[in-house]
Amino acid sequence: MTHQDTTQQRAGGVEAAVAEHDVDASYPAHAAPGTEHTGREQLVLERIERARRSRPRVREKLVTLAHGAGGKATQSLIEAIFLDAFRNPALEPLEDAATLTAGDTRLAFTTDSYVVSPLFFPGGNIGDLAVNGTVNDLAVSGARPAHLSTGFILEEGFPVEDLRRIVASMAAAAAAAGVSIVTGDTKVVQRGKGDGCYINTAGIGLVITGLNLGVATARPGDVVIVSGPVGDHGITIMLERGELDLEADLVSDTAPVHELVAGLLDAVGPDVRAMRDATRGGVATILNEVAKAAGVAVAIEEDAVPVRAEVRGACELLGIDPLYVACEGRIVVIVDPAAADAAVAALRAHPLGAGATVVGRIVADPPGLVLLKTGFGGTRIIDLLVGDPLPRIC
Amino acid sequence: MRFVDEYRDAEKARALAAKIAALCEPGRHYKFMEVCGGHTHTIYKHGLEDYLPESISLVHGPGCPVCVIPMGRVDDAIALAEQPDVIMTSFGDMMRVPGGRGSFFDSSAAGTDIRMVYSPLDALKVARQNPDKHVIFMAIGMETTAPSTAMTVLRAASEGIENFSIFCNHVMIVPAIKAILDSPDLRLDGFIGPGHVSTVIGCRPYEFIASEYSKPLVTAGFEPLDILQSVYMLLQQLAEGRCEVENQYSRVVPWDGNTVALRAVSEVMELRPYFEWRGLGFISHSALQVREKYAAFDAERLFTLPGVRVADPKACQCGEVLKGVLKPWECKVFGTACTPEMPIGTCMVSSEGACAAYYNFGRFSRQRVREVSIESSRA
Repeated sequence: MTHQDTTQQRAGGVEAAVAEHDVDASYPAHAAPGTEHTGREQLVLERIERARRSRPRVREKLVTLAHGAGGKATQSLIEAIFLDAFRNPALEPLEDAATLTAGDTRLAFTTDSYVVSPLFFPGGNIGDLAVNGTVNDLAVSGARPAHLSTGFILEEGFPVEDLRRIVASMAAAAAAAGVSIVTGDTKVVQRGKGDGCYINTAGIGLVITGLNLGVATARPGDVVIVSGPVGDHGITIMLERGELDLEADLVSDTAPVHELVAGLLDAVGPDVRAMRDATRGGVATILNEVAKAAGVAVAIEEDAVPVRAEVRGACELLGIDPLYVACEGRIVVIVDPAAADAAVAALRAHPLGAGATVVGRIVADPPGLVLLKTGFGGTRIIDLLVGDPLPRIC
Repeated sequence: MRFVDEYRDAEKARALAAKIAALCEPGRHYKFMEVCGGHTHTIYKHGLEDYLPESISLVHGPGCPVCVIPMGRVDDAIALAEQPDVIMTSFGDMMRVPGGRGSFFDSSAAGTDIRMVYSPLDALKVARQNPDKHVIFMAIGMETTAPSTAMTVLRAASEGIENFSIFCNHVMIVPAIKAILDSPDLRLDGFIGPGHVSTVIGCRPYEFIASEYSKPLVTAGFEPLDILQSVYMLLQQLAEGRCEVENQYSRVVPWDGNTVALRAVSEVMELRPYFEWRGLGFISHSALQVREKYAAFDAERLFTLPGVRVADPKACQCGEVLKGVLKPWECKVFGTACTPEMPIGTCMVSSEGACAAYYNFGRFSRQRVREVSIESSRA
């Protein structure tokens, strides 16, 4: 496709969007001066919320990096292309893992691909990341991780020694998480057609009975907990790439959270509404998923969110909000208010949850929005991320 | 964190807010323009409007360098990127700005080599690493970033680098402020002056605003307390019947600016006779071009550009937003046809754009949220 084609088609997309807008007859006559100001603004806000609830569409003709960033564009791509084509009851909730029934057994099933660059970074490498990521998706779905598969896409010329190191860390991570890697696949592509090594893992686990987890079950009054300082992984990778000439004493937080989750569920299992591991898109993305799925608002206190000084400093310099930065061993928990203290105590009892703390709560209004009380004392919203400040973070 | 937390202190903010409220004349409405998009970003990011009485409106100004780039210049830049063996480099802000033929992101997806850099020196590094390619830096920004572009050209010249040039789109804020003051659309009570620009040009160039147009201006820093304090200083001037240029950001801004930086800029660049600003139209002597002496580093001279002026989409009201005539939400496509993921206008693209700031941070009813916070504190 030539450049001219793409841009013309894109321009067509804009025209279509404007045309759609024009048929929305409820528009509150923007040129009507004298209309009461806040009333008009409120009507515009309502119209925007309607537009946001409408069926997601992918208007671009080509995939861009934004489609992989975990934010708004990723969500549109998933819902408009994949969900639309594959639609079924197991997929539809778009949880971290699908829940399936085999005989009397309930299984959780998940998959994830890893394209992190660089492959080796302080605190880990693509191998343990690939195991921990899938283990964590199973754990936060309320399952005991059991078996993993793995697929490798290797580039011609990739050093075997590097591959050995990666595979050794995968084996160690699998042993630590108590899972076995039971099947796999290998492909090699020509030099220049890959970037060294990409890994896919999929995993199954046994769902623990007596739980009713799902972001849609959050209700007003519930408490939002994060299990520790956010953003370590994303900023570590960013600094490790060396593009910024910044240095900090930081390591990735990549870790398996299955024990942390097991401790939490032992203590307050039936009171847990939902858990998510905060990977790409960070804590902010999870909170938006909760607000949207449950039709509630999430109110967060900026000062309550744990962020290491190094991460905060790097984020200030880069103009990034730490709430959007990826973690690889942190979970967000929504829990009944009566169980909040017990939940925090259970998380703190595990080394990975030593920094666990309440960061906010679920409120009824305005539905679908995440509100932040800023450290300065003002209020703003936290929206889904648009674009990609940190590509190829996992 | 030092040098940050002390400028975000909620206690001090409450005290300042009380002083601000006490200075407001009952029944009077105040309109202050924050010229710089960085201020707009701070205002929304920290929820600063929660501290202001309803009688004070902050009007967002034209000081967002990405927002004022006209569509034709984006098309020119993409045409440069499409030249054989060219690597285009750009600040991340610029990547999603739509021209008549799409954005850098679209162009990159279609096969051109466009790379994000954090400084023009990084672009020069790309040039050193790719001697068989020609590397162009998409130079944008106001007086704030022009010195680093100029220093990079000087560095390239001294190192004898032959495969590097800049596509110069640097604009100057003072002519834009003058254009706004001359426009009949807007009644303003004062200006919150652009702090970063002032670190380079100082405060003296604003003096005509007070003396000829009788509007006070306070140059302000970028932390929320800086902006709150500058609002207080503007109100003080009005209450005392003064009309002056004051410097709230004196910890960084010298009254006479940064002479070393200014010298570098005037060594490499000169005023263009006129330049098109998106939404504001052509403004004379409002932008910079590369001097003849440095022609070897000027992409406009090295390549043939289409140079076609492209009209903004009819639905787009960025011009009115940039002039402060419309609030972002008053634009008729705001948030429905024009969103950060599918922007029609530039104000929705840059993090400094007023529409993006409002959409990403301020898109809620303050009335309803006040009720929420009461509810959650009771719970």
